[in-house]
Amino acid sequence: MADQDDDIILAELSDEDLVRQMHDDLYDGLKEEVAEGVNILLARGWQPYDILTEALVAGMTIVGYDFRDGILFVPEVLLAANAMKGGMFILKPLLAETGAPKQGKMVIGTVKGDIHDIGKNLVAMMLEGAGFEVVDIGINNPVENYLAALEREKPDILGMSALLTTTMPYMKTVIDTMVEKGLRDDYIVLVGGAPLNEEFGRAIGADAYCRDAAVAVETAKAFVARKHNQLAAV
Amino acid sequence: MTDALSRRLDARDWLLADGATGTTLFNMGLGPGDAPELWNVAHPAHVRALHEGPVAAGSDLFLTNSFGGNASRLRLHGAQLRVAELNRAAAEIGRDVADRDGRGVLVAGSMGPTGDIMEPLGSLTAGLAVEMFHEQAEALRDGGADVLWVETISAPEEFRAAAEAARLAGMPWCGTMSFDTAGRTMMGVTSADLVALTDRLAHPPVAFGANCGVGASDLLRTVLGMAAQGAERPIIAKGNAGVPKLVDGSIRYDGTPDLMADYAVLARDCGARIIGGCCGTTPEHLRRMRAALEETSPGARPKLETITARLGALSSAADGTEPDAPRPERRRGRRR
Repeated sequence: MADQDDDIILAELSDEDLVRQMHDDLYDGLKEEVAEGVNILLARGWQPYDILTEALVAGMTIVGYDFRDGILFVPEVLLAANAMKGGMFILKPLLAETGAPKQGKMVIGTVKGDIHDIGKNLVAMMLEGAGFEVVDIGINNPVENYLAALEREKPDILGMSALLTTTMPYMKTVIDTMVEKGLRDDYIVLVGGAPLNEEFGRAIGADAYCRDAAVAVETAKAFVARKHNQLAAV
Repeated sequence: MTDALSRRLDARDWLLADGATGTTLFNMGLGPGDAPELWNVAHPAHVRALHEGPVAAGSDLFLTNSFGGNASRLRLHGAQLRVAELNRAAAEIGRDVADRDGRGVLVAGSMGPTGDIMEPLGSLTAGLAVEMFHEQAEALRDGGADVLWVETISAPEEFRAAAEAARLAGMPWCGTMSFDTAGRTMMGVTSADLVALTDRLAHPPVAFGANCGVGASDLLRTVLGMAAQGAERPIIAKGNAGVPKLVDGSIRYDGTPDLMADYAVLARDCGARIIGGCCGTTPEHLRRMRAALEETSPGARPKLETITARLGALSSAADGTEPDAPRPERRRGRRR
């Protein structure tokens, strides 16, 4: 704290110190500083994918853990996510050009009647950061929207979010419709939201309930790896 | 300054509030994702039946079917222009059920969050939030609500906007937050923070407290936290009847009437004066809660260990009111 007023010149830091400083800047929600850090690493010849994983994703993982542990709350996480956006804005086109490895693809949306998108946005951002392609279909989605997005995007994963007691049963409506149409087994279905729990997630026919964005990333990775293994075994 | 709720609180040690709205309406056939508020006009008989449950079970007040009745939430159902109509109808149905009972049951006009994030983190301005709440508040007042009941709020800015709306509508109000994230609201508000916030309002609520959340033990820890601040305003405890489970295709909460009766007695001992349920709480739960409150004498303020031994484990070790609690704050300011 003693050096609070001392200026840190990002460009003068070693790679290792700069990456660590970027973790701090993400944690502190400093968007401009994160963007500047990304540009410095690019100028030093770093691969976009390495910047993404070592600087941004690793930094957001710390934020995710502190959110899970009740040290950070939504306001701080939103600021961190916003800072991450500053970095992603630069990296996204470069990642597409360089054909960085993709973990998988997810369609994500909040269910009909529900306006809440804080949790959904965090999950989308964290998954994108972890190397997934994420198609966000927004809030207030009737079952038709989910089915159309699955048809159009052919994702590995469908993610659904609900924050209200009155909207969480709609997740079951969507899953039941997928079962009816014989589509359920083609996708990994992950659900999340404050009123849910693991048992409820399983009871409505989801593959897993994710209590927060950090858990969602781990769960998505695990299920996609399992799916690929199954396909390889066939 | 003598509104009906304050008079009732002066006359009685505790008041029994009501239970669930959403989960009760589902069991009457409300479709998943549909707006309960539309039923105030489309199916008033069902809404009436919803209120008759708690009134018959002995509730001293109940909440109208208007939780999602602000313009921002109704917009999802293309009903943003029906705020006045739907809220007025909600209050009128409630008023009629209460008056027919003859016990002087109070009608509390429910106002839930907008669902939007307020500035500077989000896009909802304080002015617009006040405007939306005000529109709803006036309609609830005109329909005959005794008091406004702002609930499940998580952001201090939104709580303040609702207070201002109540002031503009010239209505007494109550306000509760949902402490569902490691003992705080998802925006990081602690029980102690809410006491301080409430004390600073120009138009403070008649009573304040906690609703919904993640279980009876957590909710009572929050009530204890408020009482420990020496809160002079009456405290509200409206906790869920356990956690949601899917039984035969419909949602049931796993808290038994006996557990909720135990919760009600403990809530009174913790310092709550308005005690009720939230999601999953049926008239049967309320009947047992009323009987337990009448059959027992108030006891000493319970220790947290007593609460968890009787009602179950807490969802988090801490709730942010500990002397050495970590504060969610920027570790450093701008460094450059």
